Amino acid sequence: MASVDVRNVVKVYRRQTEELRVLDGLTLAIPDGSFVALMGPSGSGKTTLLNLIGGVDQPTSGDLEVDGTNIARMNGAALARWRSRSIGYVFQLYNLIPVLTAQENVELPLLLVRMSAAERRKRAQTALGLVGLGDRLKHYPRQLSGGQEQRVAIARAIVSDPKVLLADEPTGDLDRKSAEEVLTLLERLNREFKKTIVMVTHDPHAAERATKQYHLDKGVLSN
Amino acid sequence: MLKLVVVNLFRNPLRTFLTMASVAVALFLFCALGGILDTLQEAIKVGSESRLVTRNKISLVQWLPMAYQQRIAAVPGVKRVAVQQWFGGQDPADTKGFFAQFAVDDTWYGIYGKDFELAEASPAESPGAIPDGADPRLAAYFQEQTACVVGQKLMLKKGWKLGQTITLAGTIFPGSWPFTIRAVYHAKKKSFGDETLFFHYKYLNEKGLGGFGAVGTYVLELNDPSQASAITHAIDSQFENAAPATLTETEQAFQAGFVSMYGNIPFVLRVIGLAIVFSILLIAANTMMTSIRERTSEVGVLKTLGFTDGAVFGMVVTEAAVITLGGGLLGALGAKLLVSGASMPGGFFPPMSVYWGTVLTGIAIAVAIGAVSGLVPAVQASRLRIVDALRRVE
Repeated sequence: MASVDVRNVVKVYRRQTEELRVLDGLTLAIPDGSFVALMGPSGSGKTTLLNLIGGVDQPTSGDLEVDGTNIARMNGAALARWRSRSIGYVFQLYNLIPVLTAQENVELPLLLVRMSAAERRKRAQTALGLVGLGDRLKHYPRQLSGGQEQRVAIARAIVSDPKVLLADEPTGDLDRKSAEEVLTLLERLNREFKKTIVMVTHDPHAAERATKQYHLDKGVLSN
Repeated sequence: MLKLVVVNLFRNPLRTFLTMASVAVALFLFCALGGILDTLQEAIKVGSESRLVTRNKISLVQWLPMAYQQRIAAVPGVKRVAVQQWFGGQDPADTKGFFAQFAVDDTWYGIYGKDFELAEASPAESPGAIPDGADPRLAAYFQEQTACVVGQKLMLKKGWKLGQTITLAGTIFPGSWPFTIRAVYHAKKKSFGDETLFFHYKYLNEKGLGGFGAVGTYVLELNDPSQASAITHAIDSQFENAAPATLTETEQAFQAGFVSMYGNIPFVLRVIGLAIVFSILLIAANTMMTSIRERTSEVGVLKTLGFTDGAVFGMVVTEAAVITLGGGLLGALGAKLLVSGASMPGGFFPPMSVYWGTVLTGIAIAVAIGAVSGLVPAVQASRLRIVDALRRVE
């Protein structure tokens, strides 16, 4: 069964009179529990595809089914609720809230569901423990290394137990050792916790850690 | 959610403090200006609907003959008539420290007996006649021509003591005017004020008017206040063709007329107050917009995590409302605490009042400023597309 089913998706950006066709009738099925790497040159549409799968943007045309839900025509509020349940997002620059501690950052997605503060705290601590940062709960992002920040971001992405994890160049801003740790963590989440992972990367070494690689060029799959 | 609002408030504590302080100062000024309007309103309340005031029809500064007192008293329904004359003296030791002084006759203390009470009084050497309704402890005052009764607050301000002889310099009635303080009063009604000096009209008449008997205003006590209109008509009709003619009105209407001599000052104060509110609205809006602009990518992250546009909107508006409400509470309550009871410049008015209505209006304005100043950045943040907020389009 496909966890992500992209059917004939077109994405066009309009800037004044100019039209930019970023995705051009793309079709892609990502099976449940797979770890997929999306590669390609800058401007090929990798991040756009990731954003569409994650429901942070919507296709101009075509269909998009993620975790059994067609999100192509969903309205803003419904899409936001769906994202909070079904998607975990990991950014290249971690994007942690600087005034919140690691634990508070991880608790953020849980603010959107009915849950006691104690339960929220417990789940955040479990997620941080899973990424190896159980001893950094009260640390602010500025007190953590880049690799640690990215692991906090991963804990935030998995804390609400979504089925699909989307990672946009998760190792792009890290040194080799930290990048290895993050990739190992993603592998583990895929293998042990059966998360479907879609990772955008420029790094062939990172892409090798995925079970399947796709190459995009000018909005279409090239392999 | 509230936790996020709180941490964002303390993200830049200096900016939050300065914005809150500017709202507090603006609302303090707004409520203090409102307090002046409230005090003018309070001044009108000095007047009673059951008392009438008769004055010269042409102008308040024109006098009436002393002979009118008996003719007015003879009008059916008039219980008694007192004399009240503005003195306008200065304390030579403090020429800018203006305070009100009135020359009044003995009957006046009977009519106003319920509006004030004596805090202290000199003992009388011998018992004497006390007007009906007047405090018997005023006996020493009634027996001494140069005696005066002084408000408690004025005593404190001037550092005067009971029994002390003070000297005022007359401005309307030239010369040096010694007075001996024989009683100190405390107003029962705030609007009556605690900063006035009352002394014998006969002292003024003999020393300042050469026994001519001119009177500024007559204060009338009525048997039945519901007859005020008929009595007013009866008095003014009686003097319609006399020189001078009279104008009789309720004491409250008389006070309102006195306050109205301030012309457009209430309007000007309201305009200044609104200008202050508007300028602070712009400052608060600018602060909120700057604050949200700095957090554009964070807004994108929150939305990616599943925060709806409505939730983001609510957070931004709440943040703005907390800042302005905090400042508003400080400013409005500060004005209530610090301005209430202060002296109004001019000496004509009771102590300053800041009505709770004015304070609540100030707080409501603070909330409104918060809502309006937060509205634009909140709409911007809620409409922000995630992909634009994250600034990465590949």
